[in-house]
Amino acid sequence: MRERHYHQARWNEPIICEMGSSGERGILIPPFETETGRGSERIADIPETIRRSSLPSLPEISQVEVLRHYLRLSQENLGAGLIPDFGMATSTMKYNPPINEQLTRNPKLTELHPLQDEATVQGILEIMYQLEQFLKEISGLDRVSLQPRGGSQAIYANIAMIRAYHAKRGEQAQRNEIITTIFSHPSDAAVPSAAGFKVITLYPQANGYPSLEALKAAVSERTAGLFITNPDDTGIFNPLIREFVETVHAAGGLCAYDQANANGLLGIVRARESGFDLCQFNLHKTFSTPHASGGPATGASCVTNALADFLPTPTIEFDGEKYYFDFDRPDSIGKVASFYGVAANFVRAYAWIMAHGADGLREVAQIATLNNNYLMEKILGIPGVSAPYAAEQLRVDQTRYSWQKLTRETGLKITDISNRSVDFAMHFFHSHHPYLVEDPATLEPTESYSQRDMDEYVAAWARIADEAYRQPEIVRDAPYNAPIHQMTHGEFLTNPDKWSPTWRAFRKKHPDGFAENN
Amino acid sequence: MSKCHSIAYPYIPNSTARAKEEMLRGIGVEDIDSLFSAIPPELKLNRPLNLPEPCLSEFELRKRVTKILDKNTSANERISFLGSGCYQHYVPAVCDEINSRNEFLTAYSGKAYEDHGRWQALFEYTSLMGELLNMDVVNLPTYDGLQAAATAMRMAANITRRNEIIVAKAIHPDKFSKALEYNRHLLTFKPNDFDPHTGEMDLSQLEQAISPATAAIYFDNPNFFGVIEANGQQICDLAHRHGALCIVGADPISLGILKPPADYGADIACGDIQSLGIHMQFGGGHAGYIATRDEEKFVREYPNRIVGILPTRAAGEYGFGEVAFERTSFLARESGKEWLGTMANLWAITAGIYLALMGPQGMVEVGRAITQRVHYAIQALSKIKDVSIQFPRAAHFREFVVDFSRGTKSVAEINRALLERDIFGGYDVSGIFPKFQNHAAYCVTEVHAKDDIDTLAQNLAEVLA
Repeated sequence: MRERHYHQARWNEPIICEMGSSGERGILIPPFETETGRGSERIADIPETIRRSSLPSLPEISQVEVLRHYLRLSQENLGAGLIPDFGMATSTMKYNPPINEQLTRNPKLTELHPLQDEATVQGILEIMYQLEQFLKEISGLDRVSLQPRGGSQAIYANIAMIRAYHAKRGEQAQRNEIITTIFSHPSDAAVPSAAGFKVITLYPQANGYPSLEALKAAVSERTAGLFITNPDDTGIFNPLIREFVETVHAAGGLCAYDQANANGLLGIVRARESGFDLCQFNLHKTFSTPHASGGPATGASCVTNALADFLPTPTIEFDGEKYYFDFDRPDSIGKVASFYGVAANFVRAYAWIMAHGADGLREVAQIATLNNNYLMEKILGIPGVSAPYAAEQLRVDQTRYSWQKLTRETGLKITDISNRSVDFAMHFFHSHHPYLVEDPATLEPTESYSQRDMDEYVAAWARIADEAYRQPEIVRDAPYNAPIHQMTHGEFLTNPDKWSPTWRAFRKKHPDGFAENN
Repeated sequence: MSKCHSIAYPYIPNSTARAKEEMLRGIGVEDIDSLFSAIPPELKLNRPLNLPEPCLSEFELRKRVTKILDKNTSANERISFLGSGCYQHYVPAVCDEINSRNEFLTAYSGKAYEDHGRWQALFEYTSLMGELLNMDVVNLPTYDGLQAAATAMRMAANITRRNEIIVAKAIHPDKFSKALEYNRHLLTFKPNDFDPHTGEMDLSQLEQAISPATAAIYFDNPNFFGVIEANGQQICDLAHRHGALCIVGADPISLGILKPPADYGADIACGDIQSLGIHMQFGGGHAGYIATRDEEKFVREYPNRIVGILPTRAAGEYGFGEVAFERTSFLARESGKEWLGTMANLWAITAGIYLALMGPQGMVEVGRAITQRVHYAIQALSKIKDVSIQFPRAAHFREFVVDFSRGTKSVAEINRALLERDIFGGYDVSGIFPKFQNHAAYCVTEVHAKDDIDTLAQNLAEVLA
């Protein structure tokens, strides 16, 4: 394998508030000309009590320098376009095709106002309607809302619909508990809690999933529903999922399948066959809309007919000739988000599905799973790394590994390992809390990465493990090739006297900068 | 082998037969289907998905999607006076240049070692917003302005340990319904009227309504009618006298000329940043900000990410991380504040670039440019027979409500006639504000030339004649 000599850009750019000088301009504003010359300054109409009296302390910077600054910052990133980004498992960092970006930059999308006459937006409505049909087929459920602006907001829409369903049956007050599993995404616990539900969390057995008996002990007449991933963060598929769903149904609860990441199961397993009432797909995961530095995103909320009346307003309908919105939905949970959601993501996901078709989507799932098991086979050959639960069993699209043996034997921490990984242009995330798997790293190589990519990742991890046992200080002082050196003063994030959420807060709390800390 | 397996999918490097065979051998399984042997057969779909024939070539894909999008007519192909929550402002080219870069577009959640640029750009966004708002804490954006308002109310309730919110009626009805739905199990709401003459908050009703249970008063400035609320200080003072907080929804694009809410006493400012360099995108360009003072009891109530700056081992370097992360659901699951998730960071980066380009002078000038045009439009439309302006004496920003009720045509009919004349008329508010039958909310920004407004006035006069 060709050795890579990676070193990230290290521009050491100033904070933008430190840039520019008085009088510089980045852009000018179009003038307003009337017959009497320049338009009068109607600013005088604004009452004194509300007129801004001093200029905001924004920097004054020429356009040249603004562009250059942000181009330099753009170089100091490691996104899925630049690296095989499979260290962010559960997030499905896959390839984001540039064609989809070009399609979304069409002014016939970017310049659409959401309140235009429906006759002028038939194109985007058609895409939304067709995408809904695709997601119905992929989930096996009956209706879809594309409105939620993220996966967790779709979980919110789903819990709100579950609440509305029980309210309609007069059982809202009684059914105030949601059951989830510890290896389901934190939002499967946090979102129902934010909606006022008590959360019961099930823990796995040695096989990686909770026992049916544990679930039976948890359900009752108080059960509103189940929020569960399958496979969850370990990549282990719970084969008893239908029995889980039936157990919750028997108690009168509803079941929501968190399919934020459905990448390993496209065309193979659907919410329908497992008996679920709801699910959500994150279009920014499985359906390849870019993660965009952390959004905008889309969570598509899918439900059975029994829940369709509760979907967010409006729904999109088609009468055989034209597409239109239906706002007249008295049982709806209302607006979950502004307007109709993130339209550009609908175009991207539509295009991505159309680029694959049924065979292609199945190929995605198969290769994602093939890649993961290929990677796991190699990773488990690295000294000090293991994959807890269900030993010897194949995983679906991701695996949660543990570096615990190595950290115990070397005294290093998982953060040391991840910091050192950066030096090889590799990235991994420490997984969600709590660390039931100690020193975790969860990898998901998706369908987008090649054998070469995986071999390179494994080689980097093997080298780090070797360093850890032989020269741990190399690992402990990493990174060396990143845009910055190690950040050692965590109290700047935890101590209210020191934390600085903005430059102005920093200037007040640390007038001499970081001088005493370097 | 079926036909599909002979396709080398361009997005799937390992879709070749060679790669599959080699990898299966490495794993030690017979075939691809064996990878899924842990899944019970009855849970598997036993047929292919029923989806349209794919467009396997990029050429076909482009053609297909473009053909569909071509059915749209966008606001820039006509003259549009629509606002009401989504705004047509000029988007500087540098904003698009940067936010379309693959490096920002495909980054996600690396630490500052992997994604230093992303962290710095986000910190710069909160820092620039902080200057505009005169507040020291700004979150990384939540989904949109609706969620920002709903969350800000919940924060206020947690801070004050009270549960009643007085909400101005003159806000976007969707904002009110979102706040209500989201907080229904925690908060009670008292809607507060607007003064029928000025359009501003009805202060006497507000004084009656406030109580020891009041957690916060919420109003938008400018409000849904474009009316600038001049009594912000009085409202905030009233809230504080009763131990309550004041939350103000403010569009940052107004803050070059309008006082930031903090300057008249607001404890929490919130709103949407779509106006700051982000295309309308059929409503896809929204992101919500929440800003407060830098007090621990405020910071600990944010559910969203807050970026902090910290030193590194090397002198002169800036590092970045998450402030008070233990409050979030990523650490505390159901015990955290609401939840963390993927929200709208690319728009924060974009809004930061916008503010960097605009600078203080640009923000003042765009504010003036909008007020000039609003004033001109109000004058022009007031002259038309059977047209009057609601709240004519109020100071307006960007939007105003036009009363067509003296004429014979409904807003729907007027807008249809305007559409035939290549004009998108104002948003029909008849249905959502029952007091305003046959009224429409018109919006003008710096993108409207005098000719555009004259064209509107002339066509409206003809349509109504």
